[in-house]
Amino acid sequence: MTDLTQLYQQVILDHARERTGAGTLLAPVPRPAGFGSSHQVNPTCGDEITVEAGPGADLAREHRWEGAGCSISMASASVASELLTEHGPQRFREEVIPAFRALMDSRGRGEPDEDLLEDAAAFHGVSRFPGRIKCALLAWVAFEDALAQTDTEKE
Amino acid sequence: MDPLETARVRGDFPLLERTVGGHRLAYLDSGATAQKPTCVIDAEQDFLTRSNAAVHRGAHTLAVEATEAFEASREAVARFVGADTDEIVWTKNATEALNIVAYGFANASAELGGPEAARFRVGPGDSIVVTEMEHHANLVPWQQLAARTGAQLRWLPLTDDGRLDLSELDAIVDASTAVLAFTHVSNVLGTINDAARLVDRARQVGALTVLDACQSAAHLPLDLHALGVDFAAFSGHKMLGPTGIGVLYGRKELLDALPPVLTGGSMITTVTMEETQFLPAPQRFEAGTQPVAQIVGLAAAVDYLAETGMETVAAHEVAIGEALLAGIREVPGVRVLGPLEPSLRIGTVSFDVDGVHAHDVGQFLDSRGVAARVGHHCAQPLHRRYGITASTRVSSAIYTDEQDVEQFLAALAEVRAFFGVAA
Repeated sequence: MTDLTQLYQQVILDHARERTGAGTLLAPVPRPAGFGSSHQVNPTCGDEITVEAGPGADLAREHRWEGAGCSISMASASVASELLTEHGPQRFREEVIPAFRALMDSRGRGEPDEDLLEDAAAFHGVSRFPGRIKCALLAWVAFEDALAQTDTEKE
Repeated sequence: MDPLETARVRGDFPLLERTVGGHRLAYLDSGATAQKPTCVIDAEQDFLTRSNAAVHRGAHTLAVEATEAFEASREAVARFVGADTDEIVWTKNATEALNIVAYGFANASAELGGPEAARFRVGPGDSIVVTEMEHHANLVPWQQLAARTGAQLRWLPLTDDGRLDLSELDAIVDASTAVLAFTHVSNVLGTINDAARLVDRARQVGALTVLDACQSAAHLPLDLHALGVDFAAFSGHKMLGPTGIGVLYGRKELLDALPPVLTGGSMITTVTMEETQFLPAPQRFEAGTQPVAQIVGLAAAVDYLAETGMETVAAHEVAIGEALLAGIREVPGVRVLGPLEPSLRIGTVSFDVDGVHAHDVGQFLDSRGVAARVGHHCAQPLHRRYGITASTRVSSAIYTDEQDVEQFLAALAEVRAFFGVAA
């Protein structure tokens, strides 16, 4: 039995309540160049999230997300937003996202790089619960996709 | 059922003895799948160790024994639900059973099946009626049929307290209605629907009825002939039987006319290079090799339930449901979905915990040994109707006891405090 507090660390519960980057979507029509928007759904539980990146070039600041779901999925979106703001889009995509994915794949055996992942390191315990890994990854898939769209739309 | 009797029943279910994370297991997810009594496990094993052979082919002793077991199982299941033996079709699960009916309509609409299948033809100008509380398995196939044929899909809405709103029944089920598909008991709300009234209305307008009996076959006395439905579907694993086996019931004359969906071996009379004649029901729907061991296991399950008596089972589960309902309502910040009157439902209760997502509720309950279901329970429109995306469900069965209820309620009382929502 893995202790429940390994899953629900205080920092996760705090992020689930005080959500960094959560805000009202802009959903501009038509979409300006360089604007990314990704809607992701977890079909098993109905959790959903939409991440928007843009319209400006300063994606570290100009992004927002809206979602409904469990504390793991909402806290995960909050820390992703925080890390995007802190590291900027390039480092977020090249280093932070792969590090978070590797942590989720580790089945509790990985050692999180706390300097890089900061609050996201608290998701270490989630990787021990196979049923909850997809909750933690939902927002990251949306962030990755929304940011990738800002490339293609610019070209 | 007195406590001693429940203790005896629990002894028939070996899985209930295991622990989860050091806690006694409180299995409250029988609505998703039920645990199996020893007699079911033994029946499957005995068949495989003594009588296994292909059925309806071959002349050797084992083939005869296997075929006899296969057909005796059909007889047992038919008796259990108040049907004739040749009105029981084996399917993979209830989902497949419902799809056989919906796609049978689609095949008839594509002019397959000759003149006797004409009664199943639908097209523009016809309507198909379902309800807002359907499991996706009794909604999506009908959406597909509507999309394929141009028929209109309509639905009976829900009341705020989780019952079918029948105030517009006569307008929704009207002369254009070809089929009325509805669940006997909601898998989320536990609500028992007034099947008699729905069947009456369908008959008035000449519509065929399709009953999802998954949550009633396992928990209530079921008499399909008395209910008067035209088709019904249920699954083995929810009624103490194995997975991989479900049942389609249909009135014999309808089954014999409905064009089959799965075609091939074991369902034909004459095959030429140009065309094929099909067997009558039930064989016309049983193409290919059947899951015989599971079928034998299902027969053991219905014999087990019949021996206890479904009236006794239902009374036991109503008492459990009443205790669940009363206990959940006492927990602050928890909203029950569905009727608050216990006599309107089976022993299944879904609820929403204010400020805590169902997935988190389920995880906390699991940490206390309580197995509950979380999510949309394959009923997204129902959840949308009540302004939520997911809920937590506890559901009972013949073996659920008061200790299961107490263990669950004690854990539920701690949920909001754990997630910092309330003291």
